[in-house]
Amino acid sequence: MTGDRDGAGPGEALADLVARTPLNAPYWDALAAGRLDFQRCRRCHRAWLPPREECPACWEADWAWETASGRGRLVSWVVYHRAPNPAFTDRVPYNVALVELDEGPRLVTNLLGTESVAPRIEAPVVLEVQVDGGLALARFRLGGHTR
Amino acid sequence: MRRRYVVAGIGHTAYGRLPGRSPTSMNVEACRAALADSGVDRSVVDAVFVKYPSSGHVPMYGQKVAEALGLQPRVGGVLDQGGASNIGQIAFACLAIEAGLCDVALVTFADGPKSGDRQVFARSRGDDAPYGWFGNPAGYAMIARRHMEEFGTTGEQLAEVAVACRANGAANPDAQLRKPITVADHQASPWIVEPLRRDDCCLVSDGGAAVVVMSAARARELAVPAPVPILGFGSGQTSWEVPLRPTLTTTAAVQSAATAFAMAGVGPGDVDVAELYDCFTIVPIMTLEDYGFCPKGAGGKFVEGGNVSLGGELPINTSGGLLSETGMPGMQHVLEGVRQVRGTSVNQVAGAGVVVVSNQGGIMHTHATLVLGR
Repeated sequence: MTGDRDGAGPGEALADLVARTPLNAPYWDALAAGRLDFQRCRRCHRAWLPPREECPACWEADWAWETASGRGRLVSWVVYHRAPNPAFTDRVPYNVALVELDEGPRLVTNLLGTESVAPRIEAPVVLEVQVDGGLALARFRLGGHTR
Repeated sequence: MRRRYVVAGIGHTAYGRLPGRSPTSMNVEACRAALADSGVDRSVVDAVFVKYPSSGHVPMYGQKVAEALGLQPRVGGVLDQGGASNIGQIAFACLAIEAGLCDVALVTFADGPKSGDRQVFARSRGDDAPYGWFGNPAGYAMIARRHMEEFGTTGEQLAEVAVACRANGAANPDAQLRKPITVADHQASPWIVEPLRRDDCCLVSDGGAAVVVMSAARARELAVPAPVPILGFGSGQTSWEVPLRPTLTTTAAVQSAATAFAMAGVGPGDVDVAELYDCFTIVPIMTLEDYGFCPKGAGGKFVEGGNVSLGGELPINTSGGLLSETGMPGMQHVLEGVRQVRGTSVNQVAGAGVVVVSNQGGIMHTHATLVLGR
């Protein structure tokens, strides 16, 4: 860990921005293997991201990891024009988006394909795992579901 | 609770860059000014509620301020609801006095992020940092984009909020930013996190502000010169992180306003002036909708054509708000609401009888509403 400052500087790895814990390790390991996994409660079947210890619906700690189909829809997006952190100085302008998976969980991500397709809310998106800055990331490409 | 409690005094420091001033020192100055404004002696103050400073928080900060004031209160502390805390603690003060826990309360806030540490505004948002998800403006931008896509809200409509607040700040000698802007100026200001531009974003400011709260009966006993009745208050907490919320375009401001209006026995149609938390221009637009001043999605249209400017149908943020007066989280709106009811604002709305004040915290995580009036 790097103390007060939020992790990486310019040219440093995005991986330095993430704190790996016993809870989120299976999530990051799945991405490294090319899968997006999320937790689903065994009692009430609620599914969620990001990883948490207890089900937010029934408060039980009885869940299992499930693999996402990779299909989702775009909820909203923003474009940073000023780097909020030294690790992103060379990346502006860049987008950050909010995607809802078909299975229900929501996640923060980056959109791919915005050079050729204008983003619209509710647009279908498809998972594309990319390795960037030393970390496998769950990014999403604009466009219809082809699988 | 309606009209049982009053804001008996208001006070504040200068707003802007105050290097070398600790938050505690600024809290003491604001409290001194508020107490003087109330006309009462410090010997009757027996409660101190403090919103903690982002630039210098330590545990039990409320007790640290009480010590700086030389007080040993019966009740007090820090209620953390982010930017909703000031109204939240004014409400708590009313409830505490009602229940006999105390008699006269100071509610105060001060911070020094302009001269000090503003890291808290830029912190990463957990495991989402590798995607570049940082800082408060982005959360509001995500909400604004959804509002624009769902309802057709435009950048020019966001600009109207900024234009109204900046005009009021320009006329306010105490405001940190006293430069009016036009819609064209706003549209030419650089993107921060699109769709929000620099002129959509609030100031970063040093300063403090405080109020004195007591019962209306006590204010009469103590011959307080200008008490302003609290007609009602309420709260609501959306609570969830922005990515997880079922909807981005409606918040618990709905419940907060409904509770406050019910307690006050008034509705949106009775409101003469609205002091609406304006950390980013999208917030007053959504607040106007959630409070029932217009239908959901019609907030952009509502702020067009000078409708929320000083001469308009519903003047907002008459001292300039977070966009122009000072970036502090919400106490400045309470103070201006008190001035409007007293008739002492530099931008006085003639006949202001009912004023609604909104405070909110996080990225619209928390909300609190205060209704003041005769």
